[in-house]
Amino acid sequence: MIVYVLAILLFLIGLYGIVVKRNLIKIVISLMIMEYAINLFFALIGYREGGAAPIHTEELGDNMVLFVDPLPQALVLTAIVIGLGTTALLVSFAVRIYEKYDTFDVRKIRKLRG
Amino acid sequence: MLTSLILLLVLMILGAIVALESKDLLSGIISLGIIGFALTVIFIVLQAPDLAIVQIIVETLTLVILIAAVLKTTRKDTSEKTDTVKIILWITGLVCVIVFMLAAVKALQYLPEFGSAESLRMAKVYIDQGLALTGASNLVAAVILDFRGYDTLGEATVLFTSVVGIIAVLRTVGRKQS
Repeated sequence: MIVYVLAILLFLIGLYGIVVKRNLIKIVISLMIMEYAINLFFALIGYREGGAAPIHTEELGDNMVLFVDPLPQALVLTAIVIGLGTTALLVSFAVRIYEKYDTFDVRKIRKLRG
Repeated sequence: MLTSLILLLVLMILGAIVALESKDLLSGIISLGIIGFALTVIFIVLQAPDLAIVQIIVETLTLVILIAAVLKTTRKDTSEKTDTVKIILWITGLVCVIVFMLAAVKALQYLPEFGSAESLRMAKVYIDQGLALTGASNLVAAVILDFRGYDTLGEATVLFTSVVGIIAVLRTVGRKQS
């Protein structure tokens, strides 16, 4: 149970960062920390004691009972790749905002300029 | 096994704290790399080699993107000053964390014990019949490409949309000179 608690603690650090930090890059970093925590939590739920990676091999034969859960792994695989796309989009927004306002500070990004 | 998992998780939490609290954005991003690569090792420990391979590639790419963005702009984090707004933010953050923590404590009671086979009931069919139904020896590939193929199509759509968005945001051709 303690590994679940530690994963949730990692998620909470990311949540704290999103609410409290005022630098755009720091906010992106917090989002990524939350994403890592979720992926980790899924992989932890799919694990079983003494399980093998879910790949059929010659020496394993028909002994399928020993596999870890492949379903959370497949979901996390999709989530990791999507995470790269969203992070790249967020960073490009941040860079564009910096070009316009010369700062990453969200308090100073208030003026509407066309 | 459990000890190494806990050690890696503590390393990830320390990396997260350093990444958020450092004054230099570049060192914050490097600390983010600690979390990502520790996560790769955890995936290997948890018997998920596919996830480890994808995570190590994605982590490297993310670090390259973030470092390029920071080197192109600025490294200094000048937004950290304590004022009344900061205190309000602190209180808001604390409330958010406490609310989430209460929900998590409630939810943790319903989770099966770590490492038990109880959580496997979802994927029982995939494990039992995956090889016979799809012919793929790697069950993770069988799930993403066959049982849940539409998820992968959606993933490709999201990736395409994000690439279109990045090109639209960062293009220099056709932008008004100011």
